[in-house]
Amino acid sequence: MVYIAAGVPLKNPTILAAGILGTTGASMTRVIQNGAGAVVTKSIGPVPVYGHANPSMITLNADGGKGQTFGYLNAMGLPNPSYGEFTQEIEFAKKNGDAPVIASIFGGDSKDFVAVAEGLMPSKPDAFELNLSCPHAKGYGADIGSQPCHVEEITAAVKNAVDVPVWVKLTPNVANIKDIGLAAQAGGADAVVAINTVRGMVIDIHSGWPVLGNRAGGMSGPAVKPVAVKCVYDLYEALEIPVIGVGGISCYEDMIEMMMAGASAVQIGSAVYESDRIFENIWAGAQQFMKENGYAFDELIGMAHRRK
Amino acid sequence: MAENCQCFSGGFPMNAKIIEIIDETNTGKRTLLFDREFENMNPGNFCMVWIRGVDEIPLGCAYKNGVTFQTVGPATNALFDLKVGDSVGLRGPLGNPFTLPEKGEKVLIISGGIGAAPLAPLAEKSKEIGADVTIILGARSEADLIFEQRFGKTGEVLLTTDDGTKGRKGFVTDILAELDLTKIDKIYVCGPEMMMKFVMKILIEKDALEKAEFSMERYFKCGIGVCGACCIDTLGVRVCKDGPVFKAETLIDSEFGKYHRDASGKRISY
Ligand SMILES: Cc1cc2nc3c(=O)[nH]c(=O)nc-3n(C[C@H](O)[C@H](O)[C@H](O)COP(=O)(O)O)c2cc1C
Repeated sequence: MVYIAAGVPLKNPTILAAGILGTTGASMTRVIQNGAGAVVTKSIGPVPVYGHANPSMITLNADGGKGQTFGYLNAMGLPNPSYGEFTQEIEFAKKNGDAPVIASIFGGDSKDFVAVAEGLMPSKPDAFELNLSCPHAKGYGADIGSQPCHVEEITAAVKNAVDVPVWVKLTPNVANIKDIGLAAQAGGADAVVAINTVRGMVIDIHSGWPVLGNRAGGMSGPAVKPVAVKCVYDLYEALEIPVIGVGGISCYEDMIEMMMAGASAVQIGSAVYESDRIFENIWAGAQQFMKENGYAFDELIGMAHRRK
Repeated sequence: MAENCQCFSGGFPMNAKIIEIIDETNTGKRTLLFDREFENMNPGNFCMVWIRGVDEIPLGCAYKNGVTFQTVGPATNALFDLKVGDSVGLRGPLGNPFTLPEKGEKVLIISGGIGAAPLAPLAEKSKEIGADVTIILGARSEADLIFEQRFGKTGEVLLTTDDGTKGRKGFVTDILAELDLTKIDKIYVCGPEMMMKFVMKILIEKDALEKAEFSMERYFKCGIGVCGACCIDTLGVRVCKDGPVFKAETLIDSEFGKYHRDASGKRISY
């Protein structure tokens, strides 16, 4: 069976999320070999960016740092070598992996976005994902992605410039994510991807210093899953286009839940911390679950909406 | 006594106070000992050292409760300015350690410069296990040499300095080229990448590559295997999690000795 997510034929419906193991073509190829149905690259912009000072990612642990990991906080600062340098990485992943490669891109305005998309086109990405949602880069990401007019304009501009599907990645750090989703849809998006990280901060009590080099960042992992499930649920209800669910998925149960909220496919990020083979494991578990319960894949998508 | 901190996951920084500072050389190579120790540290592990308000950098664990570093930039300079009683944030022990030898095995350790930091605890552990340890210890000059005595307690040290101020004048590869490796069971290498590249060349010529492990260095961002900043071509393995110690085979036909990536991900040739 071929799983088609918004115009992209996936090997299976578990996709590597942006910014995770997506800096090099070889790394993305390895993730594909380890079972991902598609990969999204690190977000690529118009000029080289070196990122925020470290610490740029920490685990969040119960009991003052000693207990169980319940999430992650990061502020990488969108490090990337810019599109000119990155085409060779996409080319490598396309040549050596047997799954679609989706280019995540960002910029300060629609001109930037179009320049990056056009610059990456020669490497033949299977789709673009517009990062309108990074919570910790001034003037980029969520700064523009929380305003519907910008989201619509940028989406339309990129759609107009490329001939592959365009997905729009949304931030949960807004009053009403449906408005942003509707703007993406109006701009011609083929799908929305929800969610990017949830704004957060951790302070070191031994010194009073915020831990991240950027002081604040975005939360991911198990702690944000209910936030993601609710966003996906709301978007599924409001939009005609497919929703791709991301945020805190680390086992097959999480994937099934995200699909029941309305996701046509899922992305997995932080959970690679636990295992290299997370994609393979989650997809195997999900298939087993569907088989045991007699569910067809499509039947799961949005199931919660029909239970009322 | 250092308090053990096995309870920390390695992902969240714990507070560690500096209890002792040892100047290993007068050229900016220094050891910091902390009031907390990684009880589960294995030789080859590293930790992320957070100098608050400055940066967080990976340093090889030279002791269960200590790191040895040389000043090379703003972060290590800031670390150098800390005094006894000051504290840092520590995450660790992280990464894939060296495969330990078995009792009675013959071990060759090849150390260049600050590469001695993770190799010294390996030499000690190897001796404790009952392996027969030989060390090729290289440095730029006598003034840069570290852990000569520490290594000396674990086995025979073959010394070399670039300028001949101590030991033999030349490079670790000059000594390696003359050794009979047929009776050696395990070879461990850590040092500047160009040194390691030439070591690898000799190991290939002597058909000894499968016995060898190399400890690699790359720019780390998350340090816990998630972001992908330190992945090396062409296998795409992560230096922070799948490494920093790799079997030599993993590095064949890789970017090793050719290029690395800077913080933006741009390839920089050696
Ligand atoms: C280290 C790290 C880097 C990230 N970088 C990006 C990025 O460059 N672009 C982007 O759209 N999202 C980025 N994200 C957000 C993830 O793609 C994902 O939306 C979020 O982490 C929630 O999913 P998870 O809980 O499965 O990690 C990043 C997340 C992490 C943890």
